[in-house]
Amino acid sequence: MLQRREVVAQINQARGQALMVTGLGSSSYDLHAAGDDDRNFYLWGAMGGAAMTGLGVAMAQPERQVIVLTGDGEMLMGIGGLATIGVQQPDNLCVIVLDNGHYGETGMQASHTQFGVDLPTIARASGLPVSLAVENEAELQQLCKIITTQAADKSGAIFASIKVAAESPERSLPIVDGVEIKNRFRRTLGLVPL
Amino acid sequence: MAEVVAPKNSPKNSWGADLFALLKQHDVSFLPFVPDAGHADLIALAHADNDMQPVVLTTEEEGVALACGHWLGGKKSVLLMQSSGVGNTINMLSMLANCRFPFVTLVTMRGEFGEFNSWQVPMGRATPEVLAAMGLSVHTVTQEDQLVKTIDAALYSAYASDQQVAVLLSQQLVGRKEW
Repeated sequence: MLQRREVVAQINQARGQALMVTGLGSSSYDLHAAGDDDRNFYLWGAMGGAAMTGLGVAMAQPERQVIVLTGDGEMLMGIGGLATIGVQQPDNLCVIVLDNGHYGETGMQASHTQFGVDLPTIARASGLPVSLAVENEAELQQLCKIITTQAADKSGAIFASIKVAAESPERSLPIVDGVEIKNRFRRTLGLVPL
Repeated sequence: MAEVVAPKNSPKNSWGADLFALLKQHDVSFLPFVPDAGHADLIALAHADNDMQPVVLTTEEEGVALACGHWLGGKKSVLLMQSSGVGNTINMLSMLANCRFPFVTLVTMRGEFGEFNSWQVPMGRATPEVLAAMGLSVHTVTQEDQLVKTIDAALYSAYASDQQVAVLLSQQLVGRKEW
């Protein structure tokens, strides 16, 4: 089974100039462990808001690729957001779910995905043109290629759910100060604080 | 798409065009919304204008996160919702406080002044307190001559000084839905 830290390290390699938004908990720690970057907007709360935060950035910066990295529990809480993305068809947005089938932060309780709820099918039915289920190294490399292609040709919204092991690697904590996370992200776009 | 027919009992208002002009003046082009009859004119005008991006939501909390993301990308937005939707946004509003995102929402009120449907009353009654408890400044507009002035002030303070402002459009202003 794929290991989340290895997966995120590869996605971080493939991101190029992409802006990234992470859902609270392990997804934020994983991206921080792969390398802190001012272009990362780490959520520490607002569960269910990662994909919509990413859509907001993507629609404000249509020339930039935006990658959302979140967990299955976080995506499920904001599942209607896939329908909203399907309506807007942002061709520069990529939503990646690290699906370990559990709520990791709260004691590894089983999530819906262990009971047959299939996120890529929901994304496809919501109208996202590319929706992938990734379960092995070859499929992960294929996803990384698709990410690189999207960056170059804005080929349409991408959804990917990556099955990862239910493990809890050592936490790698990004800064918590939301104002600083916001300001440093905006500065990379040449936007100054008020 | 098939032709649609709106119900005849929706209130009509005369100020949708004034608000639309105000949004343009403030360079707001991004309007996440869950529809309400009181916002119908504004939503229709936004759909008819190529420079505006109305974004239909499945639930109001999406609009809070969208507005935050849009400001991360450098653009202004205004969230349109009804008072019942305010309850759906509560935890997502924590993003505004934590990151000090500028934020403006226009909330059409139900259950507040001349309401037919009692199911609208609890959330209507709680709306100003809920928003204030999450750290927003709350202004209520009851008279048409205060509307543009109040929303202008809300947009100015949000985008000139990182404030979070809710403008509640009273049923006194919007009119009641006739049954």
